[in-house]
Amino acid sequence: MEIIKIGMADLGVAKPPSKLRTTGLGSCVGVVLYDHIHKIAGMAHVMLPESSLAKSGELTIGKYADTAIPHLIQLMVKAGAETRHTVAKLAGGAQMFAFLGNNDTMRIGPRNVEACKLALKDAHIKIVAEDTGGNCGRTIELDATTGILQIRTVNQGVKEV
Amino acid sequence: MGDFTKFGDFQFDVLREIGNIGAGHAATALSKLIQKEIDMKVPQVKIISFDEVADCVGGAETVVVTVFLRVEGDCPGNMFFILDLDSAKHLLEQITGIDKDVYEWEELEISALHEIGNILTGSYLSSLADFTKLNLQPSVPALAVDMAGAILSYGLIALGQAGDFALTIDTAFFEGNDQVKGNFFLIPDPESLPILFRSLGVPFDGDY
Repeated sequence: MEIIKIGMADLGVAKPPSKLRTTGLGSCVGVVLYDHIHKIAGMAHVMLPESSLAKSGELTIGKYADTAIPHLIQLMVKAGAETRHTVAKLAGGAQMFAFLGNNDTMRIGPRNVEACKLALKDAHIKIVAEDTGGNCGRTIELDATTGILQIRTVNQGVKEV
Repeated sequence: MGDFTKFGDFQFDVLREIGNIGAGHAATALSKLIQKEIDMKVPQVKIISFDEVADCVGGAETVVVTVFLRVEGDCPGNMFFILDLDSAKHLLEQITGIDKDVYEWEELEISALHEIGNILTGSYLSSLADFTKLNLQPSVPALAVDMAGAILSYGLIALGQAGDFALTIDTAFFEGNDQVKGNFFLIPDPESLPILFRSLGVPFDGDY
């Protein structure tokens, strides 16, 4: 079994028996997609809501919700998945420093979650589980064999959705 | 952003010196607080990908105690004071006499750590402001105890809009018998570097 690591602003696709894993999600959002018929899993580690926020010409596709999610879907389809069998799960989008919540940059977690939901809605992909918000960091692991998403936090232990 | 190629050895030296001065003053303040000698490593100035930032403090999943503040004014950026759990425990013991397991920390212990971080980051910044004659204003510091990756990524959001790399000035410090060790991290916003160099009379022809 291989664990494929997804870094910040990165994305990837896996087939059984591999797992996809990303560590230390704070205000970033981990978006995972799973086609249970073809057993194809995908994961993106989204940092920012919209690619229009980019200041320079070069665009890192995996960084923004509105570019990462469509691209991940493309990769899944290329690997043999069908969107009508594909569902999504979300984790992350926390506010690590609770009382700095005044300005927009500081509210980036909730904005990331909203943007991910919008992009999934546009792609007609249903969200079947969600563990977002709060003020804790999360490490997530998606098993391509089962589609189960494991979410680990420092204070609340491990849960599976 | 991204044109780091215009950075020469000289520019790196200047940034290292900034880390030296800022963290040096903070280390002196810490040394007074615990009445023990504090040593510092030579500051590391690095241009690294976002994932590597958390590697500097032991990896994205390492649980750390962090005081974060946003620097506003002439030269905006983010500042972190980072301790691992054991170090935070020892520091609490030495300064306040509180001896509690990390999982039993309550408001008082957290508040004490918050205040310690506040004093030290304040000391770092004010020495930097004196040295550069720049107006640097700290935000109210915030504290979090969580995974390093989750905490540090917060300081990378502004940078994320401009590119895929961060310039970090990282100064590690440690007490003689290694009971307390930690890091000061300064992550200047991309547009701050030319201002910083100009304030020190350092030639810089790049548009960072």
